[in-house]
Amino acid sequence: MNRTGRGSLPALVFLFVLLALWQLGAMQVNAAYILPTPVQILRRLWELRGPLFTVHLPATMAVTGLGLAISLVLGLGLAAAMDWSPLLQRCLYPVVVASQTIPTTAIAPLFVLWFGYGVWSKVLVSVLMTFFPITITVYDGLRSARAEMAELLETYGASQWDIFRKIKVPCALPYFFSAVKMAVPISIIGAAIGEWLGAQKGLGYFSRRMMTQLDGAGVFAPIVLLSAAAMVLTGLVGLVEKRAVKWRGES
Amino acid sequence: MKALAFENVSYQYPGGDFDIIDGLSFSVDPGSFHCIVGASGCGKSTILRLVCGLLRPRAGTIRVDGAPIAEQSHYCGYMPQRDLLFPWRTVGENLALPLEIRGGYTRAERRELAEEALADVGLAGCQDKLPKELSGGMRQRAAFARTMLAGSDLLLLDEPFSALDFLTRVSMQEWLLEQWEKHKKTILFITHDVEEAVFLSGSVLAVDRTPVRTLAKIPVPADYPRCRACLARPEMAELREDLIGMLRRQVDV
Repeated sequence: MNRTGRGSLPALVFLFVLLALWQLGAMQVNAAYILPTPVQILRRLWELRGPLFTVHLPATMAVTGLGLAISLVLGLGLAAAMDWSPLLQRCLYPVVVASQTIPTTAIAPLFVLWFGYGVWSKVLVSVLMTFFPITITVYDGLRSARAEMAELLETYGASQWDIFRKIKVPCALPYFFSAVKMAVPISIIGAAIGEWLGAQKGLGYFSRRMMTQLDGAGVFAPIVLLSAAAMVLTGLVGLVEKRAVKWRGES
Repeated sequence: MKALAFENVSYQYPGGDFDIIDGLSFSVDPGSFHCIVGASGCGKSTILRLVCGLLRPRAGTIRVDGAPIAEQSHYCGYMPQRDLLFPWRTVGENLALPLEIRGGYTRAERRELAEEALADVGLAGCQDKLPKELSGGMRQRAAFARTMLAGSDLLLLDEPFSALDFLTRVSMQEWLLEQWEKHKKTILFITHDVEEAVFLSGSVLAVDRTPVRTLAKIPVPADYPRCRACLARPEMAELREDLIGMLRRQVDV
């Protein structure tokens, strides 16, 4: 704790300097409806704490949670399938990569038309953005297993399933955690984009509503919350990772 | 009955244009210690990989204890050059791997067998350590214990000490001979280090040309138990020089 504390000190100082510059610049411009100061944003966050924390944050977290869960199932499934069969790998890999060339924000309004203003159109946006890094990273992790280790198990009479369980899964575990740490902020962004485009609640929706009211600080307040949520969740994943992966760095 | 017998075995690597093992026949007696020596790339590892079933011969039959290996499982313990201890498992869990694969043991039984095997190789109390906490020599001893737990009388060791520093290697060689005398296993040991081969084996099997058609069986003129002093005896020094001469003929510098 102490060491990480000291390690992030320069970053904290730098961040503080940036915020101070922002504060001074925004005070110069003096147009809170387009450029609020950090202090104004924090004050607005406090004023809006009721609806933000009881309605909109839970709504966005629900979308994020669903999106992340579906992305994990889909991503792990695709990665395992591609690792298991070279034919599937040749079929799926290009399609998975191509799916990322779709400009999600551009077709997300269609999802609203297809799935309505409820939770699923947002979940779809989130999944479409999130499953890709999970699939590719976990697939790389499964591939990183050393052939010599598999051969050793084969001489003990191991089946392919044994090799998958006892070598590939542990080898892919650090990759899996990297993937989740990448996926958490992306799924939150996906959820917010989905809400921005059409929703009845959620932090993305709230930010947009404040925009129509020319409330600059009100636009930023939910964004600060989104960013904080992403940081907290990524930190939690990091804690779980520390407990689960004790051997990273030695191959 | 022979512990291991090759009968006209041929093998060709996929994409190769000749048989690297070409009609090879040889056999070793139960309880013997043989070293296979040869230059790098001569095919000596291929012989070992054929025995443990990682490669399938193109022709011929390999028998262990009289029966073809195609009809058997768990007939050999293979120890590769790198110790290949899984870094995410404790030393004890690494040793339990062959038992897990074979099945039929409870967790407690596996732990007990691993503890016994560790004590046997002088690593008592290392059960719950991670491999990275062990030194190079300790890791090789743990890997050897794991090979023993594969539960067969035929041990195939593929240059197990080549990555160790000289002094560790020397003590590991003495240690291996003690283990062999204690457990009466049949050992086939691959090395390119002629001195190591002469010190360890009852007979040296030399690969004198590639493709491998025969193995020259050269008895070592010394009895067990051995100590390193016997390497200085004139007949041992002569054997070593002969072997080096034989191997050098295949190497074009």
